[in-house]
Amino acid sequence: MQKYTFNALLAVGALVLVLMAHTGHMDLYIQSVLMLMGMNIILATSLNLVNGYMGEFSCGHAGFMCVGAYVSSVITVILFTKDRVFGPPLLDPSLAIWFFPVAVLVGGVAAALVGLVVALPSFKTRGDYLAIITLAVNYMVISAIENIDVIGGPRGFSGMKRVINSMHDVADIPWMLVWVLLGTAFSVWILRRFVASTYGKGIIAICQDEVAAEIMSVNTNKMKLIAFMLSSGVAGIAGGLFAHAYGYVNPQSFNILKSTECMVMVYLGGMGSMSGAVLAAVLFTMLIEALRFGIPALDGVMHTIGLLPDSYEISQVWKWVIIPLVLILLMQFRPEGILGNKELSDVFPRLRRFYSFK
Amino acid sequence: MALLEIQGLTQKFGGLQAVSDFNISIEKGSLVGLIGPNGAGKTTIFNLTSGFYQPTEGTITFDGRDTRGMKPHKVTALGVARTFQNIRLWHDMSVLDNIRIAQHYRMGYSLWDCFARTRNHALREAEIDRIALELLDAMDLRAYADERPRNLPYGLQRRVEIARAMSIQPKLLLLDEPAAGLNSADVEGLIRLVQWIHREFDITIWMIEHQMKVVMTLCSEIKVIDFGATIAEGGPEDIQTNPKVIKAYLGDENI
Repeated sequence: MQKYTFNALLAVGALVLVLMAHTGHMDLYIQSVLMLMGMNIILATSLNLVNGYMGEFSCGHAGFMCVGAYVSSVITVILFTKDRVFGPPLLDPSLAIWFFPVAVLVGGVAAALVGLVVALPSFKTRGDYLAIITLAVNYMVISAIENIDVIGGPRGFSGMKRVINSMHDVADIPWMLVWVLLGTAFSVWILRRFVASTYGKGIIAICQDEVAAEIMSVNTNKMKLIAFMLSSGVAGIAGGLFAHAYGYVNPQSFNILKSTECMVMVYLGGMGSMSGAVLAAVLFTMLIEALRFGIPALDGVMHTIGLLPDSYEISQVWKWVIIPLVLILLMQFRPEGILGNKELSDVFPRLRRFYSFK
Repeated sequence: MALLEIQGLTQKFGGLQAVSDFNISIEKGSLVGLIGPNGAGKTTIFNLTSGFYQPTEGTITFDGRDTRGMKPHKVTALGVARTFQNIRLWHDMSVLDNIRIAQHYRMGYSLWDCFARTRNHALREAEIDRIALELLDAMDLRAYADERPRNLPYGLQRRVEIARAMSIQPKLLLLDEPAAGLNSADVEGLIRLVQWIHREFDITIWMIEHQMKVVMTLCSEIKVIDFGATIAEGGPEDIQTNPKVIKAYLGDENI
């Protein structure tokens, strides 16, 4: 029973968070940071499947997230809200609480299908060349959506807030926080089960020696297909949650910068480490939020001591100098990442008593 | 009928004829050697047999089935396992995982079983573990189950690679220069290991080897090729005295 301690603690922790949000002990800002953290965990762990475990370099992860975001949003908006373009709701809005997870999963499936565009070339193409394909897919997705006017094109798509509001009409609990927590748990759970099984370990064999994997009876094409589709599908789930948590999506929020964020998290945590990716996603989100306060604080200090002219202000854009700088420093001094190919249980073997890592 | 039947096998890489009109018929239970100077095309023949290359011409029939056009993992699933000239283990996972993953073709559970951790998944994983551990026991590798191959001495890596090939439960085992890079004590061990595997698992072995001592001790039939063409075949004694073989290896008889 002891090995379920960790799972039980997670469940209790999630419950406490939801209760705190429900009773108003947690403000909306903290809630949004928590949700962002959850989505980042999903993105980091799913990208880790391809970049870490399989050793390919996918740099268009946000593209799949985009597909999931738009598909699930369009579904919920059509089904549950009165929309300018799509007309009256097709179903009773109070059903949204039941159909929302289905819509998010359908978004994930759609993203997995788009993942085929990367998976199929990966049979023949490897390394840098495949990385360029993933980049191209990222751009293709964004351009395609920018040119579909019915879902807002470059202006973005909204209306998901109304879906969430109709959930609040049914029961007044912090729904999005609940969904994000469930989505995170589901995604990490499914990915971990995959890579822990002998079946899933086939992708690690592909990473370490593809020729040997194929000769030793691993169906490498099938495994690549599974890895890419699973990775992009789970990213699609993150997208669906993202779209509904913010109530608005815009194609440019899924551009190469977002993909880079996902990669930073994977490399920060350590390639091929599930717990590393989770840890990195948490730390990365906290770093971003810390900079939100840290940069103005620094700006204030610099002005007070007179190091900066009054005409210049250190803006939030500096975030995009500091984050890549973290990546540069990381690659220089700890290229394997925080945990580097190890799981937390390898670093602290005593944790195994509280959690079965297999 | 022979287990492996190769007829008129020819492989061209651009203008280079790596293998020309190669024929062999390997009976079930035999231990056959393939020798020849460097660049003679031995490994190419193995790559063709394991499906890694598709032959330009000729047929390869394994256990009554034409393997041309099959992906390597399919050929392996039919029962052809092999090792590599330069060891190609998965160096950053445990020895046990190496043995487990090579059972991929008879995984016996689906992706769904894997996500849902069904009973079938548990049973199959337990079976895979059991086979892997039994094999490690049989090959005296149990003590290294959790080690990474990277950290093992070369001789043991060879042993692990043979164990990994054996976990396929093959009918035909292809050994590509198993004695390369081994010291003389390891070579003795290897000879005993191959003899033991041949007897214990009742399989057919076809090996490429440069060390004459190994080939002459182990193989009952030997085929010699040079520049892609067969120059001699027969028992160890015939080969040792065959002038064409001596010429191919030493350049000229009167050195």
